[in-house]
Amino acid sequence: MMIGEWLDVGPVDQIAPGSARTLPVQGGEEIAIFRTINNAFHALVNKCPHKQGPLSQGIIHGGAVTCPLHNWNISLTTGEAQGDDKGCVPVVPLKVDAGRIYLLREAVIGPGGKPVAKAA
Amino acid sequence: MNAPMSFESQGQEGVTRERLVVIGNGMAGCRAVEEILGRDADRFDIAIFGAEPRVNYNRIMLSPVLAGEKTFDEIVINSAQWYEENGIELISGDPVVEIDRKTQTVIAESGRVEPYDRLLIATGSDPFIIPVPGKDLPGVITFRDLDDVDKMLAAAERGGPNGEAGRAVVIGGGLLGLEAAHGLTLRGMKVTVVHLMPTLMERQLDEAAGWLLKEELERRGQTILTGADTAELYEEGGHVAGVRLKDGRDIPADIVVMAVGIRPATGLAKSAGLEVERGIMVDDHMVTSDPAIMAVGECVQHRGLCYGLVAPLWEMCRALADYATGEPSGYEGSVTSTKLKVSGIDVFSAGDFSGGDAAEDIVMRDASRGIYKRVVVKDNRLVGAVLYGDTADGNWYFDLLKKGEDIADIREALIFGQAFASGGALADPNAAVAALSDDAEICGCNGVSKAKVVATINAGAHSLDAVRSQCKASASCGSCTGLVESLLALTLGGEVEAGPTTLCKCTSFTHGDVRRLIIEKELKAIPQVMQELHWTTPDGCATCRPALNYYLLCAWPGEYEDDQKSRFVNERMHANIQKDGTYSVVPRMWGGLTNPQELRAIADAAEKYGARTVKVTGGQRIDLFGIRKEDLPAIWADLNAAGMVSGHAYGKALRTVKTCVGSEWCRFGTQDSTGLGVKIERMTWGSWMPHKFKIAVSGCPRNCAEATIKDFGVVCVDSGYELHVAGNGGIKVRATDLLCKVETEEEALQICAAFIQFYREDAYYLERTAPWVERVGLDYVKSALFDDPESVRKLAARFRFSQQHSQDDPWARRASGEAAELHQHLAEVRPFQLENA
Repeated sequence: MMIGEWLDVGPVDQIAPGSARTLPVQGGEEIAIFRTINNAFHALVNKCPHKQGPLSQGIIHGGAVTCPLHNWNISLTTGEAQGDDKGCVPVVPLKVDAGRIYLLREAVIGPGGKPVAKAA
Repeated sequence: MNAPMSFESQGQEGVTRERLVVIGNGMAGCRAVEEILGRDADRFDIAIFGAEPRVNYNRIMLSPVLAGEKTFDEIVINSAQWYEENGIELISGDPVVEIDRKTQTVIAESGRVEPYDRLLIATGSDPFIIPVPGKDLPGVITFRDLDDVDKMLAAAERGGPNGEAGRAVVIGGGLLGLEAAHGLTLRGMKVTVVHLMPTLMERQLDEAAGWLLKEELERRGQTILTGADTAELYEEGGHVAGVRLKDGRDIPADIVVMAVGIRPATGLAKSAGLEVERGIMVDDHMVTSDPAIMAVGECVQHRGLCYGLVAPLWEMCRALADYATGEPSGYEGSVTSTKLKVSGIDVFSAGDFSGGDAAEDIVMRDASRGIYKRVVVKDNRLVGAVLYGDTADGNWYFDLLKKGEDIADIREALIFGQAFASGGALADPNAAVAALSDDAEICGCNGVSKAKVVATINAGAHSLDAVRSQCKASASCGSCTGLVESLLALTLGGEVEAGPTTLCKCTSFTHGDVRRLIIEKELKAIPQVMQELHWTTPDGCATCRPALNYYLLCAWPGEYEDDQKSRFVNERMHANIQKDGTYSVVPRMWGGLTNPQELRAIADAAEKYGARTVKVTGGQRIDLFGIRKEDLPAIWADLNAAGMVSGHAYGKALRTVKTCVGSEWCRFGTQDSTGLGVKIERMTWGSWMPHKFKIAVSGCPRNCAEATIKDFGVVCVDSGYELHVAGNGGIKVRATDLLCKVETEEEALQICAAFIQFYREDAYYLERTAPWVERVGLDYVKSALFDDPESVRKLAARFRFSQQHSQDDPWARRASGEAAELHQHLAEVRPFQLENA
């Protein structure tokens, strides 16, 4: 059976600019999908490297999100904490094609059907 | 109808030429033919099928035709003569309806059959029609060909039913839609643009530039509705009569132009069995899955991409011609830029300007000239650019971007453009300022010369703020801040004093400056503030966005539309986020009063939604912990049903009014403190503040409600009410200051409203009343309230007006389904478990 390399998680218009939506993964880490004010899409594990705050609920500005718990700024492209804070959250490869959002299946569900994205 | 011609015509030396049939007489098809002819004029015997009954014209010039700037003749690319001279047979007005790959023939609508050796598909794209009721009504048109333009011109000519200007609605605020809107406006129609996304041209422009464009178009008389989702097109007498939006608004219209986008026209190719995804799949030589068939233009998909701009099309045609004439070169995809005039406004964009933090933004804004420039740099290379108002350097940036040149050396001056960046000494900003003459104007807003600024600095103004207050340079729009800073550095060397703390790193202005300028310049939207006050980032940060949202909300009640994406999570979710990502829910209990029905509803909700902790708060109400974001609308619906509303325990807002039982029960009570507390809470709930705001009313000086550590405290005495302000029981305990004493409840309520409003208008965002009063002084507050006998009344009136727009229960709106996406997951992933895998 052929399984596509990319996992279709729905149309882009389900996420308003400057906001994020969540994608729980059974047995794995919840994923947060972000749409910046300038319409770039990114996906991260939904856990701040600091105290596991839900990054999906933070304020999005430029290419970063500010964690709602303690205001760490996390890069949406690298998952790394900015400024003097140190830490990194896994990035889930994402692409947008024909108005739909795709996540790299392997990064969400491992080859054996096992979720792989784990927070640091 | 053209007569069929023989397909085995002879070449110069009697060799049978290959028959090339082109489907599509548009820009791509004809350009490909031109490129082939340019390489080898005798190689093919060529026929072109066109669906439109006319010669090839420049489709991107349809806008000027609509606008009346050009005639059709002026936009014709290839006249009938060209076809004739090159021996090309043009079969126009007879579209191909079928490709038979077995017999290598195409079949036209008229039944005509045409054989081919090589086929070129250049069918372009079709306008995308949004699938709403009424889309097929007469009067609904697209903007794709000359017939569409003719229909629009006829409608403009006709005008409205009573001889007034006709009304047009353009659905789509992208490039095409705005050009249609511009043309129709010039033709005298009243135009409304309906755009689904929050900003115009979001694919080419960032938020800041999109906002500038919107404002300019509105200034020119168009109505622009963003975030507007079309529900249906309604009719009257069998003709379209308007657009109904999903939010219920109706926009009457004599014509509706659908310009939401295009999609590759792949129907023919698909039914012929060619490989098609979004577009017709082609390789680097523009050959489809059938080696005898090529495709080019907007109908193709190359390396996963479909293009809708003209530049890639030219590059494709070159690769195609190279291949078809036996010298294959290969097309490797295009980096695109957009440089255009929308309604005479220059905009440019190229590359990736979506941000990302490995990328750094360099932003320059010039509010007085309406200019916004932003370049995005990553690893010392330019990766994106957005220009608005001045696009002179667009090509230079695009060139730097395509070549991937190292820009480290010119980085400082990059944003000022090519002339400046390559100007040697000028690249050092201080040197450039030093070279200015004494009478050079530094601050255009306030007309301050260089000599004046230097004199001010020499007279003791050793900080930016001191210069601003003493000679007004850089005190208005701030665009000359950099120049003033250079002058400070040049004049004082290392002795420049740090100025007061700015609002955040995105601006050189303080909170106070920003508040003042929002009023002075009547700024009414976040992107507008950022543009006019020269923000150095494209869309601010987590510090300035919430602050600006509050300042605008406070300055323009009822007019400013709250920006949810600038709200801290608690104020977006209307509940308090906890360390595990769940929320706590606190229903309002007026003055700390409750009853069995409310308590029963709270108990039921706690059980139903699994509240793991139920806690009585310091503000005399009940907090339910551990509620999941998905359950919030449901628990609110249950609490609403029992008559309770949001307690705003999560907001920079009025929190609670704590009371003691007062004269109703207490043997010491002097006044009805509970009743007054309820009245105060009814008056003040729902109001947004610079920070959280707590009130208490104690029935006697024993002060059981702890009124003297609240933001506003009332202590009842026999002769009336003592009103106290600016207390705090937090990190730094501060007892209140006595503001005044009044005799009646009405006066107490009035002064409470006035004090709150003055705090709302004067304090900085995230400044509680205690540090605010410590900073400005109690006398300043007293003076603002009491010096002018009218002040209290005016302030209280402003507060009550503002309250008219904020006293609706946010929980009820969410419980009724508003913003449901904030509470729902996008989807869920349940991995397929393989047994013993």
